[in-house]
Amino acid sequence: MHEMTPPPGATAPVFYEQEEHAHGDGGTLFGFWIYLMGDSLIFAVLFACFGVLGRNYAAGPSGADLFDLRLVAINTTLLLLSSITYGFAMLEMDKEKTRTTLIWLAITGLLGAAFLAIELYEFAHLIHEGATPQRSAFLSSFFTLVGTHGLHVTFGIIWLVTLMVQVRLRGLIMANKRRLMCLSMFWHFLDVVWIGVFTFVYLMGVMR
Amino acid sequence: MSDVVEPGLAGRPQGHGEAHGPHDAHGSQGTFRSYMTGFVLSVILTAIPFWLVMGNVLDDTRTTGIIIMALAAVQIVVHMIYFLHMNTKSEGGWTFLALLFTLILVVITLVGSIWVMYHLDQNMMQMPPHEALQKP
Repeated sequence: MHEMTPPPGATAPVFYEQEEHAHGDGGTLFGFWIYLMGDSLIFAVLFACFGVLGRNYAAGPSGADLFDLRLVAINTTLLLLSSITYGFAMLEMDKEKTRTTLIWLAITGLLGAAFLAIELYEFAHLIHEGATPQRSAFLSSFFTLVGTHGLHVTFGIIWLVTLMVQVRLRGLIMANKRRLMCLSMFWHFLDVVWIGVFTFVYLMGVMR
Repeated sequence: MSDVVEPGLAGRPQGHGEAHGPHDAHGSQGTFRSYMTGFVLSVILTAIPFWLVMGNVLDDTRTTGIIIMALAAVQIVVHMIYFLHMNTKSEGGWTFLALLFTLILVVITLVGSIWVMYHLDQNMMQMPPHEALQKP
C-alpha cells in the first residue's frame, strides 16, 4: 500500500498514506456511520408512511383506544438505561477491563431483551384485540415502523451476544474493540430512532 | 500501529491525541462525565413529554404536540453529541457532512410526503369511514 521511496534528505521512509494509521480501523467506523445514515433513510420513509397513513383508521381503533402509555414509558426507560450501560461497557473497554466490560454488555443485553419482551407483549395484546396490521392503514404503518425498530433491536442483541462470546474467547483485541464500537453506534442509533417513535407514534397518537 | 511520528504532513485529518483526549486512537471518545450528562439530559427530556401527555397538563393538544416534537428534536441532538460522540471534526468532517446530507434527505422525505399527501387527502371525495369500509 505504502510507497517506500524516501524523499531527498530523509533517513526513514515517510508514509504519505496516513489514513489507516491515523485511525487504525481502516475506515470501518466511518463506513458503519454511512450504513447508519442509510438506515435512518429507511426509518425516515417509514415515519413518512406513518405520518401520511396514521389517521386512516378505517372505522377501526385509533391510537388513543389502543396505546398504553405506561408500557411505552417503561420501554423508553429500558432503552435509555441500556444506552448508558453500553456507554459504561465502552468506558471499561477503554480501561482494558475485560470482565467488567462483559458484565455491562450483559446488562445492556438484558435491558434490550426486556424491551423486546414488552414490545412483543404489546403486539400480541393488540393482535388479540383484533388490531392486526390488516385492520387499517394506521395499524399497517404502525406495525411496519415499530416492528422494523424491534427487528433492529433483535439483531442488535444477536450481535451483542456474538461479540460477548468473541470477547470471552479472544479478549479485548483490536478487532473486538472495533466491533464493539460499531455496535455502540448501532445501539445508540436505535435509541435515537426510538425517540422519534415514542414522540411521533405513541404520544402524538394518544393525543389525536 | 506504527509509532513513526511525522509531524506536519498534509492530508492528515487529525493528530493522535487531538480528539481522543487521554485515550489512544481506538478510544471510544466518551468519558463517565459526558455519558452521565447525556443520560440526565435524556431522562429530563423524556420525562417532560410523557408528563405533558399522560397528565393532560395543557388543554391545547396542538401546543402540546409542538412542545413534545421540539423536545424530541433536542433529545436527538443530545444523543448525537453525548452518546454517538458526533462532532464536526471526526474523519476530517466527513461524518458530519454525511449526517447533514442525511438530515436534508430525511426532511425532504418527511415534510414532502406529509405536505403532498395532506393536500391530496383534502381533494379526495368526502366519505364517512363506514362507507369507505364497503368499497372494494
